[in-house]
Amino acid sequence: MDFSSINPVLLAASLMVAATPILLAAIGEMVVEKAGVLNLGVEGMMIVGAISGFAVAVETGSPWLGFLGAMVGATALAMVFAVLTQFLLSNQVATGLALTLFGLGLSALMGQGYVGIKPPSVPKVPAGPLADIPTIGPVIFGHDAIVYLSLLAVLGVWAFLKYTRAGLILRAVGESHDAAHGLGYKVVAVRVAAIAFGGAMAGLGGAYLSLVRVPQWTEGMTAGAGWIALAIVVFGAWRPGRVMLGAYLFGGVTVLQLTLQAGGVAIPAEALSMSPYLVTILVLVIMSADRGRAAFGAPAALGRAFHASA
Amino acid sequence: MKRRTLLLAAAATGLAGAAFADGHEPLKVGFVYVGPVGDGGWTYEHDQGRLAVEEHFGDKVETIFQENVPEGADAERAMTQMALQGANLIFTTSFGYMDPTINVAAQFPDVKFEHATGYKRSDNVSTYSARFYEGRAVQGHIAGKMTETNKIGYIASFPIPEVIRGINSAYLHAKAVNPDVEFSVVWVFTWFDPAKEADAARALIANGVDVVLQHTDSTAPQAAAQEAGNVITFGQASDMAAFGPFPRVSSIIDNWAPYYIARTQAAMDGSWESVDTWDGIAEGMVEIGEITDAVPADVKAEAEAMIAAMAAKEYHPFTGPINKQDGSVWLAEGDVADDGTLLGMDFYVEGIEGEIPN
Repeated sequence: MDFSSINPVLLAASLMVAATPILLAAIGEMVVEKAGVLNLGVEGMMIVGAISGFAVAVETGSPWLGFLGAMVGATALAMVFAVLTQFLLSNQVATGLALTLFGLGLSALMGQGYVGIKPPSVPKVPAGPLADIPTIGPVIFGHDAIVYLSLLAVLGVWAFLKYTRAGLILRAVGESHDAAHGLGYKVVAVRVAAIAFGGAMAGLGGAYLSLVRVPQWTEGMTAGAGWIALAIVVFGAWRPGRVMLGAYLFGGVTVLQLTLQAGGVAIPAEALSMSPYLVTILVLVIMSADRGRAAFGAPAALGRAFHASA
Repeated sequence: MKRRTLLLAAAATGLAGAAFADGHEPLKVGFVYVGPVGDGGWTYEHDQGRLAVEEHFGDKVETIFQENVPEGADAERAMTQMALQGANLIFTTSFGYMDPTINVAAQFPDVKFEHATGYKRSDNVSTYSARFYEGRAVQGHIAGKMTETNKIGYIASFPIPEVIRGINSAYLHAKAVNPDVEFSVVWVFTWFDPAKEADAARALIANGVDVVLQHTDSTAPQAAAQEAGNVITFGQASDMAAFGPFPRVSSIIDNWAPYYIARTQAAMDGSWESVDTWDGIAEGMVEIGEITDAVPADVKAEAEAMIAAMAAKEYHPFTGPINKQDGSVWLAEGDVADDGTLLGMDFYVEGIEGEIPN
C-alpha cells in the first residue's frame, strides 16, 4: 500500500471537524442520561438546531448569533420533551422517537426558504504564528471557535460531574431518584435542566453541520448523526473522556476511509465504515448482562419516570 | 416525516371517500423516495415529476409520497402501506428498491409498480431509467478540457452498474481530450448524506483534484468546491443552478415528468403494461443544464455539438475501440455497446486505477 499521498496533518485536522457535531451532541446527551433521562430525540434536536442556526446566521449575517439561535431552537424542542416526560410522565423512549420525527418534519418546514443559500462563514480562531508551526500548527491551532468549545465542554462536563456538588446531585438523581427525592432534591427540576443542556448541545452540533461542516441547509442533512451520538454515549460508558474518544474515533474512521480512497489506497471501505457500529453493538451486548451494566456505569434510574407520590 | 405521510394518508382517505360517493374515484399514484424532497437533487426531480402529474390531471389523480425511505426491509413496509392505502400505481425511485418492489408487487397483483433504474420486471412491474451516461460524456469532455492538475475526483455512491457506467463514460471522454487525466474515485456508500459528501469532496480536493463529479444526491459537494474556490463541479440529477456560474459549470437534469404523465395516463385508460424504458437526451429524459461562461467558448461549442449528436442518435458515448481495465478488448473499432452489457456493467474501462468494491 502506498500511503505517501496522504497528508496526516490535514487528516487529523479534518477528523476533528468531522467529529465535532457528534461530540457536542453526545456530551449533551451524556449529561441527560447521567440525570436518568433517556432522550432519543437527539437527531430531531440536532436538525432543528441546524436549521435554526442556519436561518438566524443568514438573517443576521452573524454565525455567532446563528449558533446561539441553534441552541435556543433545539432547547425549545427539548423543553417539549421535558414537559411531556417530566410533568405528564409519558414514556421516554416513545416521546424521544416522536421528538425526532417531529424535529425532522419541523426543520423541513422551517427550511423551505433556505435551500441553496450560502451562510456567512465562520472564521478560524486567529492563532498568529502558532498556526504556522509545522504539524501541530494546523491540527491544534487551525480551527474555529466551536471546535475548541467542544473540547472545553468535555472538560467542563467532566469537572462538573466529578468535582461539584451540583454534579453530585445530578448523578444522584440519575442513580436513584427516590433516594435523591428523599434527601430533598428537586428531581424534576434537575432533570429539566439536564434536558435543556442536552438540547442546547445537540442544537450547537446541528448548527456546526449546517454552518461549518457542509456548509449549507439541506433537508434531512443530519443523516443519522444524532443516532451515532446516542450510540457514542453508550460506547463511552457515560464518561466524558471516553465519549470524546468515541466521537473522534468515529469521525476519524469516516474521514480516514474517504481520504484513503481519494489517495488511491485500496482498503475495504465497507469494513471501515461498519467498525464504529460494530463496536457499539458489542458494548451494548456486554452491557445487557447485569454485571456488565454496573461495570459500564449506566445510571441505575436511566429511562425510569419519576413522580413524587410514587 | 412519517407524521406528514400519515396526515396525507388521512386526507387522502377522506378525499377518496368523497370521490367514491359521487362516482369517480381518482387514480391514486404513490411515490417512494430515498431522500427528502428538498435534497435539491435526485429526489427533488422525482417530486417535480409527481407535481407535474398532479398539475396535468387535476382532480383525476391523487398522489401520495413517502420520503427518506431506506433501501431494504423498510422499503417493503412503505410500499405495502401504500398499496393498502389504495394506491393504483406506485413509482419506487431508487435502485435499492428493486427486490422489495418485486416482492410487494407479487402480493398486490392489481397494483401497478414502476421501479426506477433497476432491471427486474414482472407482469405488474415496469422499469424505467435514463441514459445518464450521455450526460456524463459531456461532463467528462468539459472536465478533461478544463482541469489544470489533470486530476478529476468522482464521488460515487454504490458500486452498481448505473454508477460504474457514469464513471466509465466520464473517464473515456475526459481521456479523449486530455491523455494525462487521472480519475480518483471515492465510494461513500450512501445516496444522501451531506456531511459525508462534503468530507469526500474535501478529501479529494486536498488530494489535488480540481474537478469534482458526483453521483450522490445533495448539493454539499458543490458547497465544498465553492469554499475551495478553484474547483469546478456539475449539477447532479437536478440543475443546482444556485451554485452557478462557478463552481457549477453545467449539470445533468433528470426530467421524469413526461414519463410519469404518460404512465399515469396508461394506468388510467387501462393500457398499462409492463415495459422497460431507457431514454436519454434524444427523448428528453436527460437534459443538460446551461453551460456557464466559466467554460471557454470553444469547449462549450464542442460540448454542445456532442449533445446535438446524441440527441440525433448519431453518437453513442460507448463507441469502440474500448478496452476493459485488464486490457482485454471490450469494443472493437467502430462497435457500439449493446444495452445488455451497459445495464450489467461491472468493470472499469482501461486507464482507470483502483478496484470496484463488492
